[in-house]
This record gives sequence, C-alpha cells and structure tokens, in this order.
Amino acid sequence: MITDETMEYVGILAKLELSPKEREAARKDMDGMLQYIDKLNELDTTGVEPMSHVFPIKNVFREDIVTNGDESEKLLKNAPGEKDGMFVVPRTFD
Amino acid sequence: MNIPELTAVELSAKIKAGEVTAMQAVEAVLEKAAQKEDLLHCYVTLDADGARKRAEQVQKKIEAGEMTGPLAGVPAAVKDNICTEGMLTTCSSKILGNFVPAFSAQAVRELENAGVVILGKTNMDEFAMGSTTETSAFGITRNPCNTEHVPGGSSGGSAAAVASGECFFALGSDTGGSIRQPASFCGVVGLKPTYGTVSRYGLIAYASSLDQIGPLTKDVTDCAAVLEALAKHDAKDSTSVEREDTGFLAALTEDVKGMRVGIPRDYFGEGLNPGVKEAVLQAAKALEEKGAVLEEFDLNLVDYAIPAYYTIAAAEASSNLERFDGIKYGYRTAEYEGLHNMYKKTRSEGFGAEVKRRIMLGSFVLSSGYYDAYYLKALRVRALIKKAFDAAFEKYDIILGPTAPTTAPGLGTSLSDPIKMYLGDIYTIAANLAGLPAISVPCGKDAKGLPIGLQLIGDCFQERKLLRAAYAYERAAGGFRAGKEA
Repeated sequence: MITDETMEYVGILAKLELSPKEREAARKDMDGMLQYIDKLNELDTTGVEPMSHVFPIKNVFREDIVTNGDESEKLLKNAPGEKDGMFVVPRTFD
Repeated sequence: MNIPELTAVELSAKIKAGEVTAMQAVEAVLEKAAQKEDLLHCYVTLDADGARKRAEQVQKKIEAGEMTGPLAGVPAAVKDNICTEGMLTTCSSKILGNFVPAFSAQAVRELENAGVVILGKTNMDEFAMGSTTETSAFGITRNPCNTEHVPGGSSGGSAAAVASGECFFALGSDTGGSIRQPASFCGVVGLKPTYGTVSRYGLIAYASSLDQIGPLTKDVTDCAAVLEALAKHDAKDSTSVEREDTGFLAALTEDVKGMRVGIPRDYFGEGLNPGVKEAVLQAAKALEEKGAVLEEFDLNLVDYAIPAYYTIAAAEASSNLERFDGIKYGYRTAEYEGLHNMYKKTRSEGFGAEVKRRIMLGSFVLSSGYYDAYYLKALRVRALIKKAFDAAFEKYDIILGPTAPTTAPGLGTSLSDPIKMYLGDIYTIAANLAGLPAISVPCGKDAKGLPIGLQLIGDCFQERKLLRAAYAYERAAGGFRAGKEA
C-alpha cells in the first residue's frame, strides 16, 4: 500500500535517512499501523469537531519583560560545535 | 529502624522528629542502590555526591524550622526526560546522551522547594516511547519483583527504583499510561494527574496534549503528598491550570459510603488475563464492603482509543522531535556533507528504532493529502471518547478496572510485534486522550510473584475523590508493601 515514493517523501519530512533494510522494515511497520488506524473509519464522525486539547486553549499573554539572566555560557556548553560564543554549523551557502 | 522500608511521609516525620537525618536516608538508599543497581539498572545517572551535599543543606533548614513540609528531607528519583539543572538528562536516547540542562523543570523546582533531595535520573523507554523500558539506549531495567521480567514503561526505571527501595518516591511522566502501567507491573502506586495540573515546563515533550508528570510512590499517602507539592500553577506552561482544590493529603479518609463506582464491561472482555480480572474484581468487592455502590456499564469506543492515540501521539512526536538537529545540543554525526545531510545523519544515528517508527508515522499522518483522513479523524474520535467519559461521569464518581491486561511480560518478548505491544495500553490511554486523572494501586500478585494493578479513573479535577477511593482500598487491603522485604 505504501509506495517507495511515499517512503522517500516521509523520509524527507522526518529528516531521517534509512538504509534500504531499515526502510523496508519501516514500510512494513507503517503499513501495519495504518491498516490498524483505518479502524477509526468505522466511526461516523460527521459534524464532530476535532479535539486537539481537552480544555479550551487560548493564547496566554505576558508583559515582554526579560526574567532570566544571561545563560549563553551554560547553553553553549551543550553545543556540538562552538567558537567565540557562537554555534558552529555546517556551511549552508557556497 | 530499617530506613529504606519507610514511606516518604514516614521518613520525613522521623527526620523532623530528630530520629533520623536526611543524610542517613540518602546513605540508606545509596547502599540499596549499591547492592541492586548492577542487576536492576533503575538509574541512568545516580548523583551520590550531589545528593549528600543537598541532604546536608536540607537537614540544616529542617533543624532551623525553615522546611516543615511532609516531604522535607526525602531522597527521590526523577525520570530522565525531566530536566535537572547541571545533571545529565538523556531521555534514554543517544541523541541526548551528553545533554546537561541549563535549568530545572518546574516539577523538580517544586520538589526542591518542598525539601526533597534529588538522587538521580531514572531509566526509561527512549523519549518515553515504549511500554517496557527496553527501548532505552542505555540498557534495560529489570523488574525488582521478578528480574526475568520487564518493569513496564516508559517510566520503568522510576517504578523499579521505588519498588526496590532505591529511592523513596520518583517522578514519572504519563502520555498513554507510562506512570500507571509500570506502577502496576512493579507493585507501586502511580498517578497521572488531570491534564494541566503539573507544569510541563522542562519536561522534554513527547506528545504535548497528552503528557503529564506525576508521582510513583510506595503508598497512597505519599502519592497525595507528592501531588500536593507538584500541583501549582505555572505561567511558563501555557496549558497549566489554576487549581484551588489541591489539599490532597486532607482528602485521605476511608469514607467511600455511597461512592458510585462504574465498572466498564468493555474493560473486562477479550485479552484480559483471568488472574488479573479476578484480582481487580476482588478489589472492587473490597470497596463495596466499605459502602461503595458498584455498577457495570458500557463505556463504548474502547477499541478506538489505541488507533486514535497512536495517530495523535505520533503526529505530536514528529513535530516535537524536530528540535533534535545536532546544532544546539546533543549528538552530532561525525562526518557529513552540508547541512541537510548533517540533520539526516545526526537524527538517523541518534534515534532508536521505535522513535524513528513514530516520527515516520507522525510525519505521514500530518502530511498534506493524509492530514484530514488520519490526523483530523483521530482528533474527532478523541472528541467522541471524551464525550463517552463525560456521559459515564454523570452517573459515576469513579471508574474502576485493571491498569493493564496482563502482569509484566518476560524480558525480550515485546518489541518484535509493535501492535501487540500497543494493545497493552488499552485501559490506560483513554485517560490521556480525555485529560482525566487516573491512579494505579497494587491489588495482588500472580503465580510468578508479579504484581497486578487496579486502576481508578476520575473525572477532570477529581483527584481528591480518586485518592480517597484508593486510600480506602489500601486500608481495606491492609496497606501496601512496596520497598519492603518479603
């Protein structure tokens, strides 16, 4: 049911690179799950509002005041690449 | 006095009375850990020195009368997806294997305000995705009640640490049953609060609309005490709810006279182990003898909860886990060509199989062309499930059933068939979809010595009722024995 093209597309969306073997296993898993999820179509949900949260969610505003201190040193400690107080990232433009 | 056998509230009372010190309590659980950790592996990180230092500070504050709460001086463990400032927080994933948070989760801060001593971080299924703690990148955890079996998951390390006396209580997180199911499998008490009760600030998100932090404890009194410490409004979590009814310890009376207990027939059908069924019905009878009024009913839609849940949870996970990109923190692949190749390789090497499975599924159900058919459909079914519970709670104060269809499966028997594993969540996930509070308490053991869990589900914000019923059952059962030697 799930084609190779779909798997390729999902891989792009998910930013995952699977080996051919992994991809085949993932395809089978996903096929199984989607068939299982199709069970939901037994229910008539016409006119039912989708419920993304249990309680009504509204935007919570606050004054734009800084409450935390300078944590750049602590945060940069976790960076895979760091130089002169900045994150090092792969070259994105040539 | 055998210190590790005390409950958290008992221990704190003894510390305040000067019968034992916080330091002695820390040393007692560290000794337990030294004996058992090689086999059980409850912890990813055990910070013995940090705990000792903290115990000293807390002891002084207790002696000075500055810390008087019911948990002051108590050593506890925290699930490894809850951020702790300066202490490794891995989500049991390679991709966060070296991550040291710059801040603590609000739940951790609340515990610290209550005088709790954090011992370390407990093992879990990677990113809380799993039901056995076997998807951890750092090795399995064994069930203290029978070490050939899993402790459940995803908060398996927390449940095992409480059951083995390697801490006095622990924090877990529950997205589809991840507190209640391991509590059931390890014979401890575990509670998922009403959505919004405990701040999610600093909880590394799996499925944000379902996630809640909650306690795993030795008994119901400890559970109420920890929940009371955690249930505070937090402006840093926009879904945090302002509650005034958080006097949970005061709710612990044995009075269940006239309490209307609904028993869903759908929770006792095919797939339920006969031994589990018998123990749970026995527990229901114990409540009836105390004056509760039992009635069977049809909850409906139970079979649709799992497919709805996995659609929604995978969708939210795929979005939440986009942040792991090898740039700001965590693992980055060694060799790559350009930015996108770095992202892909980092994530493919950093995430385990179950996490990738759910990210892929989530990306698919959110993709254009499938969004309506899968994701929105699941959200509509979620609304129907919530409605079914609303109808049930018009008639009943609480809903009673098993926490899981079986006792803990053997090690290595679950991961090969994902759908079968997901079916094990059938009784727990609906509470997450509907935002309801639910508790698992021990109600017996099977022939292998594996604990059985009784689940009580309450209507939103009805934790006090839930705890009262759980407490009444605990008293009727003659008390729970988690952490005590047989």
